[in-house]
Parts: sequence; C-alpha cells; structure tokens
Amino acid sequence: MEAARRKRKVLEKIGNGLTRRAFLKGIGSLTGLAAGGAPIRGFPAVVSRELIVLRYASTAVTQHRRIADQVEEDLGIRLQYIPLTSDDVVKTAVTQPNRFDILEPEIWMVRKIVPSGNLQGMDARRIREADNVTPVFTRGEINGKKIGDQGTAPVKVIYLADKSSKTFTRTPTRWMSLIPSVFNADTLGIRPDLIGRPIRHWRELLNPEFRGRAAILNIPSIGIMDAAMVVESMGSHTYADKGNMTRAEIDLTMRVLTEAKKAGQFRVFWKEFNESVNLMASGEVVIQSMWSPAVTKVRSMGIPCIYQPLKEGYRAWGSGISFSSALSGRKLDAAYDFINWYLSGWAGAFLGRQGYYPAVPTTARKYMDAYEWDYWMAGKPAARDIHAPDGTILEKTGAVRDGGSFEERMGATACWNAVMDENRYLVRKWNEFIAA
Amino acid sequence: MERIHRRIAVSQRAPGPRGRNIVPYILVAPLAAVFLLFLVAPLVLTVVVSFWDYSEYELIPRFTLQNYRDVFSGCLAQLPDLCVAFKVYWSTLKLCLAAWSLTLLIGFGVAYFLRFHVRSAVAQVVLLLLCTIPFWTSNVIRTMSLVPLLGRNGLLNEGLLGLGLVRQPQDWLLFSGFSVVTAFVHLYTLYMIVPIYNSMKRIEQGILEASHDAGAGEWQTLIGVVIPLCRSGIAIGSIFVLTAVMGDFVTVGMMGGQQISSIGKVIEVEMSYLHLPAAAANSVVLLGTVLLLVLGLARAADVRKEL
Repeated sequence: MEAARRKRKVLEKIGNGLTRRAFLKGIGSLTGLAAGGAPIRGFPAVVSRELIVLRYASTAVTQHRRIADQVEEDLGIRLQYIPLTSDDVVKTAVTQPNRFDILEPEIWMVRKIVPSGNLQGMDARRIREADNVTPVFTRGEINGKKIGDQGTAPVKVIYLADKSSKTFTRTPTRWMSLIPSVFNADTLGIRPDLIGRPIRHWRELLNPEFRGRAAILNIPSIGIMDAAMVVESMGSHTYADKGNMTRAEIDLTMRVLTEAKKAGQFRVFWKEFNESVNLMASGEVVIQSMWSPAVTKVRSMGIPCIYQPLKEGYRAWGSGISFSSALSGRKLDAAYDFINWYLSGWAGAFLGRQGYYPAVPTTARKYMDAYEWDYWMAGKPAARDIHAPDGTILEKTGAVRDGGSFEERMGATACWNAVMDENRYLVRKWNEFIAA
Repeated sequence: MERIHRRIAVSQRAPGPRGRNIVPYILVAPLAAVFLLFLVAPLVLTVVVSFWDYSEYELIPRFTLQNYRDVFSGCLAQLPDLCVAFKVYWSTLKLCLAAWSLTLLIGFGVAYFLRFHVRSAVAQVVLLLLCTIPFWTSNVIRTMSLVPLLGRNGLLNEGLLGLGLVRQPQDWLLFSGFSVVTAFVHLYTLYMIVPIYNSMKRIEQGILEASHDAGAGEWQTLIGVVIPLCRSGIAIGSIFVLTAVMGDFVTVGMMGGQQISSIGKVIEVEMSYLHLPAAAANSVVLLGTVLLLVLGLARAADVRKEL
C-alpha cells in the first residue's frame, strides 16, 4: 500500500497525472479517425496536443511491453519499439539515422556510432537523476574503489566534449553520450550436476575434460575477450588491455582458440540467447559463456545451472539510452521526460527483478520490496520466494544470488565488452579461425 | 480503282519496321525496369563498393584493391598450406558436392518413381504435390526441427542407445558436416524432383517402347535413354541446389554449430561488423565462382529446352 501511494505521488510529479491521461485517450480516438492517425493540425491549441510517439530502436531483449505501457500511462508518450538484431543496431544507427528517435545501443557500440554524428549529447542539466547515476558508469568505481576498465568501459565513452561532438572525453562534462539502462557482469555458466566438481577459473573452459561439451559466443569481439580471460587464467600471457589488443595479441589468442577448436573442444558457437538456454538445458553443453538471464531461464526449468563466479573476475557489459541527432522540439522534450521517468525508479525496479542492474539504484530501491532488494542487490539469502515480473518463481526462499551483492559482483569486473582498434584485423582472423 | 486498291494494300500492311519494334520493347519495359532497379543496380553498387575503403563507421569512397588483397591474403605466401579463402571455398565446395550428389540421387529416384511407376497421371500430380507439403513451413523452422532429432539427447541417439547399437550418444550427428548436409538434402531435394520430373514427363512413350523392343532392360533404358533425355532437367535442378548451397550461411551456421565455414558465413561476419567493402569484395568473388559454375552446367545441357 505504502509503495503504491508513493508510486502515485511520483507519477503525478512526473507526468501531469491522471487527468492528462484521460485527456489523451480522448484525443487518441479523435486522431484515430484521421487517416492512419496522421497528426491533425489547425485544431484549437488545447486539443492539438496529439500523442507523441518516440521510435525506440534496440535489440528485442530490452524492449519490454510493460515499460512501454507504463510510459504511455504515466507520460502519455508512446514508445514505438523497433526490434533489431544486435548487429543491426549499429548498422541502423550509422546508416539509417532517420529510422529512430531513441536508440538503446550496447556501450561498446557508441564508439562506432558517435563518430558518425548520428547521436546528440544528452544534457545532464535536464536529467534530474544525472548525479545519482551509479559511479560504475560515471567514475568507473564502486564505493570509491576503482573497477576494471579494460575494453570499452562506460567511463571512457559516457561523456562528450559538447552537444554535437564526435569524440569522447574522460573528464565529466554536461553532455552525455548515453544514459545507462541496464548492465551486468558476465561469467561462465555451468551444469554442476554434470560436472560434479567446483569450477573456479576461466581456464576450465578449455580444459580437455570438457572436450565437445564447451561452447562460446559466436560474436568475435566478445568471444575473443572470453578467450583472453582463459589465456590470462592459464598464465601464458597478460594483456595490457583485453578489449584493445595488439595484432600480436590477437594472433596469440586466436591460436589458443584454434588449437582448442581443432581438438574438438567446442560443441557449438552460439549466437542467440535462446540457443544458449537450449544447449545448457539439454546437456549438449556443460560449460559455456552465458548471459545471466539465460542462466535464470535454465534454472526456472528446474535444471541445475550456476552462473559461476571465477577468480579472474567478470567481463562486464551494459546498454544505454541515447538520442538521435535528428531529435528536436517537442519530441526532444518528450525524450527527456522519458529519461527522467526511466531513471525515477519504476523501470529500474522492473529490470532489477530480472537480474539486471539499474542505472540509479537509489530510486529503483523505492519500487522494490525490501526482500527483493536484499536478494537482487544486497546479496542476502531470499527471505521469500523470488518471482520474475511475469509471476514465475525464479528462486526459492533461502537462495543466494550467484556472485553475491552488487558491489561484490561489479567490483570484480575485469574488463568490458569492447570494439578494438584492430577490429578489421580481428574480423579477418575470426573468419580464419572458423575455417580452421 | 487501282489507286484505291493500293491504298487498301498500304493500310492493311503490317506496321512498319519502327512500329513492329516498339511494342515488344514497351511490353518488356516493366520487367526490365524491375531487373535494372533491383538486380543490376545493386550488383553495380556492390562491385563499386568492393573497391572502396572503410572505417568502423563509414564507407570511404577512395579506390583501393585492399579488400581483394584481404580476401586472398597469404594465398601464395602460405603454399602449400591453404589460405583462408581457399579453405573456405574448399569447405563450401565439399558441402556443395555432398548436397548436390545426394539431392540428385534422391530427387532423380523420386521423379523416376513418379513418372514411370505410378500409373495414373492424377496420382502422379497428387504425389508430387505431397512432396511440397514440407515447404509450407519456413526453411529456418524445418532446419531447427532437426536439432532435437539429432542432438546428444535427441530422438535418434536415444533410439540407437535403446536398441543397443551404440554405447554412447553419437556427437557427430549434430553440429557437424553430417547435420549440415542432412539439412540441405531435406531443404533442397524438391528443387531436383520438380525439374527432373518435368523433363521425364516429356519423354514420349514410343521412345521407351522402342528401347524395350530393341531388347534393352530397365537399367539399360535408364542409362541409355532416360538420363540423356533428362539432362536439361538435371542441369536446372543442379543450378538451383548449387547456387543455394554456395551462398548459404543460415543452415551452415545453425546445423554446423557456427563452426563450419562457408563463404556465405564469411560475408555475414563482415556484414555484421559493417565491413561492407570487405563483404562486397567477397560477394563479387563468390558471384564470379557461381557464374562459372552455372555456365559450366549450361554448357553440359541445353537448359533453354526446358523453358
């Protein structure tokens, strides 16, 4: 009850409350009468405020119906999702900037997109919670402790020199390239029942014990970083930056991978979330690079699966929301309204319940029940059964989240998903690896 | 009188050379425009872009041969080891050969049965239509549905284990060359059946009877009469299957566990990183290879006879 009342209060502050909602509904039906809902102009000022539509391009994974519904209810803004594959996000952002108003790329992608000039800097002064965005993004630290910044760490790309800058700056400025939406730290997923012994190091991925039962991601830039974690774990090389290797380092890493491939180590290279779930659930694979929600999904099928914390740390990743450079006027205002809503807690809590970390933990906390916060963020045993937003039981009472608390987990970040300077060379080497 | 006659003769004459030429051009124009716009123009663009430079986020319209150099990098230096391009083409060709020979064998067999062993013409058509039923669902779904069949804990392995034929699940059944070829055969056999059946349909009964009267058995008739007469159908089916397999990356990816390389897959990886000029260069080389293949097949049989 308390939470609900608080929620309503916040919502009234953000949008103009329910009256506006009802009002917009009326207009909605009116505009619907005009051919295909085309904007009607020349109406009296009061009525002419048509529903604002923001085209939101990202991968389907981050496009939640419930967020769109909530935004429409609270703000009277309609999010029109444009689902893209991960590859197409960059492609669309660079080659078809007129297709979207808002883009939710992965952090490493902005390194490719910002130089194209198709994104505009987001004004931190218009974003209420800008100062409360987790320091993981703004300063590259947690509780004052620096975390790994190899690869495309958010702190390297979050600030722009000015509004239409095509380059990044490491000193905080008023202009941000993106506002974090979700982030997390990746590690290996394992089937403890089929392995039967503790797994503590990345090098286990290439352990001949698991020949034909291991898998990695079929995304060159990420696959090679997992391989680099393995190489470091074997002690054969220490990289200056696993997310930005020299040609010699790429050669070395691909050689290790190629030998493993030739020896039949890998059952498969997976490319899709659901593929990784099926591989693990069917026992086709017992150890593989995996994403957190995929592990959750396997577990919710009643199959034991652990997102195993490893000694060498995690490969972190994140996504953010950014604005098209074409966005202006009322649509831009609406986009800022949306960002302010997004960071005000409801969305953070909604995403937090799926295992992602929210951009502004302090506001998300207000929308989570204490036991939920304790389980997802504080690393404490679940005081009650933990439910997913759709109501399915994810964990039973007493369960503890893999990797512990937010601080423990993100604090153990070794590197971030990245795009390398030598990317052209890497792609060629990857094709060579597949052909080997 | 004579003048009038002449006038009639003039007016009744077929349209002059100019008029005769324009009409067919007009008739063909819409299709030609479609081809120009959607086939020729993109192809020209692809060729042009393949000579451009690029960075991570843009195409740089500056003439370079680097993309082609990258495609064939190390092909001379690494001999006798194969360079990437040759390895990839070799792997693709192997898949092609396996898929082609199996689809041909099965396709020819089915067509032969339909044409010569099913008596009623109605039954032939009905059975041929039955062959198309799997095509009512998408390629991707039909490919994916092979995974639970061939997997380590799949139907086939469980069956083999249950019968005591093997002691351990057989890993080579899935994510292997075997599974890729299986999927291709499943997907493309119909493309062989239809054109071959079509050419068999045109073989006159009299020819077969003559062969029989001359003392040839079914085998001899098959080899000496039916196969030569089906050459164009076989060529058309082969073109369908070979071009489909040469450019494939979805089936190879899904059934090969992304571990088997094909030229289509190389292009896909490059596309996904927006390395479009590199992908364009590879596409041009692939196009050249496929054209050579088709030309070869067209020389082996008069394809036009079928059209």
